[in-house]
Amino acid sequence: MDLPDLISEDAAEGIFRVHRSAMTSSAIMVLEQERIFDRCWLYVGHDSEIPEPGDFRRRTVAGRPLILVRDNDGAIRVFLNTCLHRGALVCREDSGNAKTFDCFYHGWRYGNSGKLIGIPDPAGYSEKFINTERSLMTPPHIESYRGMNFVNFGADVPSLADYLGHAREIIDLTLDSAEPLGGWNIISGLGKFNVRANWKLLVENSIDNYHFRTVHQTYADYQSKRRAELGAPRPNVNRINNSRGLAFSKGHAAMLTQSLGRTIANPSTFWSDEAIAEVTRLRGELARQFGEERGERMAEYSRFLLIFPNVAFHDTQSGFRIRQIWPITPDTMEVTQWEFAPRQETGELAGYRRENSVMFQGAGGFGTPDDIEALESCQQGYGAHELEWSDMSRGMHREPRSDDELPVRGFWREWHALIQGHAGAERFGDVPIPEPTPYKTVLT
Amino acid sequence: MSGSDRPILGVPATEENLLLRLAIEHFLWEEAALLDNWQLDEWLALFTEDARYVMPATDIPNGDPKQDMMLVDDYYVHLRGRVDRLKSRHAHREYPSSRTRRLISNIRLTRITTDEVDVEASFVVYRLRAELIAPYIGLYRYTLVRQDKGGFLIRYRRVELDLERLSDHGAVSIVL
Repeated sequence: MDLPDLISEDAAEGIFRVHRSAMTSSAIMVLEQERIFDRCWLYVGHDSEIPEPGDFRRRTVAGRPLILVRDNDGAIRVFLNTCLHRGALVCREDSGNAKTFDCFYHGWRYGNSGKLIGIPDPAGYSEKFINTERSLMTPPHIESYRGMNFVNFGADVPSLADYLGHAREIIDLTLDSAEPLGGWNIISGLGKFNVRANWKLLVENSIDNYHFRTVHQTYADYQSKRRAELGAPRPNVNRINNSRGLAFSKGHAAMLTQSLGRTIANPSTFWSDEAIAEVTRLRGELARQFGEERGERMAEYSRFLLIFPNVAFHDTQSGFRIRQIWPITPDTMEVTQWEFAPRQETGELAGYRRENSVMFQGAGGFGTPDDIEALESCQQGYGAHELEWSDMSRGMHREPRSDDELPVRGFWREWHALIQGHAGAERFGDVPIPEPTPYKTVLT
Repeated sequence: MSGSDRPILGVPATEENLLLRLAIEHFLWEEAALLDNWQLDEWLALFTEDARYVMPATDIPNGDPKQDMMLVDDYYVHLRGRVDRLKSRHAHREYPSSRTRRLISNIRLTRITTDEVDVEASFVVYRLRAELIAPYIGLYRYTLVRQDKGGFLIRYRRVELDLERLSDHGAVSIVL
């Protein structure tokens, strides 16, 4: 299919636009399935969800029902959740522990390492049939990075590590930061909500800081009122100037923002003296273990990372979560959020962590519902299709801050290259520049 | 699967208990009327200062706010912030505000003391906006504090959704 250009860039004029059919066209959604979701590394789940042999989770990834399981020997496996016989789901619970998966239709039985170990009334089959070894099918590629498990349904694909590229530096800052506290663990309680908008609208929103002041005014007002009541001082830091927007090859992108209220490790002025002391101790621990500069980056900066195509990896003052976004139709998406907490965080700080997350990022809080409203409003606006282009030019003329639109431009450049049938974008930044070094802290 | 501590048997159907149930039904329907009419200050006045309003995540209806992720985990300060937010014109999900219609039934008393009553009730709250309908379905669990003059205040208000996903809803932007 010969596609017209869906992005329009004029570097000299500092203009970047995306064609709105990208958000409304069924044909483009089909191409996304073939050229993006069938070829990119897709997140499945985290080791901490299945700590014991036999533990399993089931979920749907790019339309395939999958089982994520730790087998009896402790190895992590991913299977296509479909019986080899006639196709029924062999795992029909969202989570649990099982030594075997028994298909309820005709009773075929699989071990949790995938092997077909039982067929009722085998006399109905030839000896050759019975003696042939069979297993549940696996996705062609399964790899993990530091506990995060991914699959890829493509043919010739880069390694996961190569695919993540410099995004690993962002991921590592977060994953390392919980070392003094026994590492990260997904905690119970998922966020599950659907939005009447194209999936890429939430991708954009997840790496957009320009909207905070307007969309999240009620949250800012709530914080101000609490600050006044507690007599807590106003933060005295020029945070927007100490923020950065980043784009990486393969379509990953990030915002780094200096933030208070990070339980690892930049305290809120609302917190108790004991909590602030513990956070200060943690900050010292990070400096000791990782060096002053890296420790400071880990402690002070929130990281809003987009792992192309559809995973937001957010380590922020509102908690640390993975959010995955699936297209359902061109104008609806399905979202799931998994929250992380350090294994050995103190009770008080863990409470503040959850409080910040629930109050801002959860579907019942003061933040996400208004984001959803914004996305649905955009989708409704696309009905006026004579207005063909969305503008994403912000910040093309300067070193990008977190409230500039470089991160979304990086995403769209990769998206566009893949949709057009290319292997990837030749350029992900605004001008031909080398891969950015995210570990440079920008301080005024 | 719903909470492992269900079902809880209700109190026996003595005349005294039936009258108390009737009084609580009256209270819950008055509370629902305040919420459907967006009279949020009057609604907030129904809570004690040590009140809790909690709503577990959809996948764990018996979630514990001390360790699990919740959709709502309010103490009074958060409740009041919620009311402030919904009264402003900048809670974009609820400005213009949606229409809601609460249906509350199957009201059962599960524990009665001189000071408090524990209540369970089934609910459907319809949220209507942009010509769409989103139903929230679930179970209420209340602990009500009995007042001298026969009324009640709310000390604990827990909303356990039967929904597995907020698929029609997107969010929980109203007080359920």
